[in-house]
Amino acid sequence: MTQPKTAPNALRPSRWLTPLLVHVILGSYTLLAIAPVILVVMNSFKGSQAIFQKPYLPPIGELFDPVGYATVFKQTAILHYLGNSLLVTLGSIGLILLLGAMTAFGLTEYRFRGRGFLSLYALIGLMIPIRLATVSILKLMVALNLQDTIWSLILVYSAQGLPMAIFVLSQYMRQVPSDLKDAARLDGASEYQVFWLVVPLMRPALATLAIFVMLPIWNDLWFPLVLAPGEASRTLTLGAQQFLGQFQTDWSALLAMLTLAIAPVLVLYLIFSRQLIRGLTAGTVKG
Amino acid sequence: MKELPMLRPNKSRPRWHIAVFLAPALLLYSIVMVFPLLDTLRLSLFSSDGANFVGVSNYQRLFTDSQWWPYFWRALKNTVLFFLLHMLLQNPLGLLLAALLDSKNLRGRSIYRTLLFSPTMLSFVIVGFIWQLILSPTWGIAPAISDFLGIRYRPWLGLESTSLPTVALISIWQFVGIPMLFFMTALLAVPQDILEAARVDGASAWQLFWRVKFPLILPTVGIVSILTFIGNFNAFDLVYTAKGALAGPNFSTDLLGTFFYRTFYGFQLQLGDYAMGTTVAMVIFLIILFGSLLYLLVWQRKVVSYEL
Repeated sequence: MTQPKTAPNALRPSRWLTPLLVHVILGSYTLLAIAPVILVVMNSFKGSQAIFQKPYLPPIGELFDPVGYATVFKQTAILHYLGNSLLVTLGSIGLILLLGAMTAFGLTEYRFRGRGFLSLYALIGLMIPIRLATVSILKLMVALNLQDTIWSLILVYSAQGLPMAIFVLSQYMRQVPSDLKDAARLDGASEYQVFWLVVPLMRPALATLAIFVMLPIWNDLWFPLVLAPGEASRTLTLGAQQFLGQFQTDWSALLAMLTLAIAPVLVLYLIFSRQLIRGLTAGTVKG
Repeated sequence: MKELPMLRPNKSRPRWHIAVFLAPALLLYSIVMVFPLLDTLRLSLFSSDGANFVGVSNYQRLFTDSQWWPYFWRALKNTVLFFLLHMLLQNPLGLLLAALLDSKNLRGRSIYRTLLFSPTMLSFVIVGFIWQLILSPTWGIAPAISDFLGIRYRPWLGLESTSLPTVALISIWQFVGIPMLFFMTALLAVPQDILEAARVDGASAWQLFWRVKFPLILPTVGIVSILTFIGNFNAFDLVYTAKGALAGPNFSTDLLGTFFYRTFYGFQLQLGDYAMGTTVAMVIFLIILFGSLLYLLVWQRKVVSYEL
């Protein structure tokens, strides 16, 4: 676009200097953001000596030495931790999406006494940090005999994620045309069948929601530490924390464990970053 | 909403399906979230063994007993400092990055955005240890870089005088992506015709930002501030990972979150105390509630939201 009135600007050095400056600042900060991670990943494929003597060289040729990974796999049940993390994360997301969709459907589809109160009741949870209730949750899990099981984590994360899911999905549920649902009812569909007719239409919202709740669950340290610290139910985040705390001197193993803990998150992030960033900022546009 | 009465199930018949849709989520939410929150309040009013109702004496103990108050006060002061550092550094930095990412015809915008946001995705455990290793005198990365920049290297994370600001800087490094994203979204919503009009009137990029864009995104400044406040007053993980539950050296990095954890979980020879733990939790809750109300009642009323 050319604006005749701003034409004199073209002669000013700011025309090319400003973009250059913008790239220099953004580039330097980007380097600061990713260099520490690259440094750790790169050095995880080296032996102890190379880590200290040549930390800035890539692990190619004789520098390459996966000894740290051998130690991690020998010393910890890392695949078991990984499995626990997957079960906890997928189980929680599954419950959040299913129960959240059911509740959002119930609250938006029907009119009944107490609907306004129940909607408000479900939303209160958005504002309260559940961590502060940890003592009571711990007592509850002990009473239910669920301490040190991955179920304790799945239940807490699901309860924590439900208000957000109900809030988001209700917005989308309202947009589904009622003609569609009424047509199904005329054909004799039960209310449950109508629900399952609506769910596939929610796919984009469900996907965004899943990505949005996934990483905080995967990364959480607090509840695994308090509710399920035992070996059998240990998640990858907690397992990494404990391994890293114990192996302070074996740097190859430390860096290998860090890299193994980073990898799943980074892969998920790079696949879903677009949806995730969209989901994080949805609804804030209008402030 | 128009309704076709014929198609709606008869009012007089019990509509069990509504209960089926609502009950599972509401039960789970009530049992695992709402009940523990109320129970937290109840426990804070009982004695440590849970047998006797003691009123507010746990709170009295927290605020007056020399066994509790100095430590709580220290954690509170540290948390306030931690929060102020985030407000002074993280949020302006996020705004700067967002403003730069918003510049016209920027190449590689989405690559920058993805990479700048990536530390936010990592768990505290990873971030805490990465920086512990990089700043450690053993590896030599931080000493080498300090040499290069002409700064005298100190083990910043390990010194009582610098450990808290260092942990705050690490946390800022990790989370700057969140204000950045919020500000970016807000800047995207500023209509092009307003900007074009200002440009035609001869506004420089600097004027354009401070006179036109910034007033329009002021509501987002409020949202980012309150999110920072809630996040910081809950912070625990990074200190626990980088410095342990004792928030060393000599409790210099102790935040309300780590203080709460030690109170109910116990540490070293000290046994965990549920009554005092829930009392601390309730006080943190009240602080967060007070801050949120301040935001809702003062900031949101004063700040003009423009319909864009």
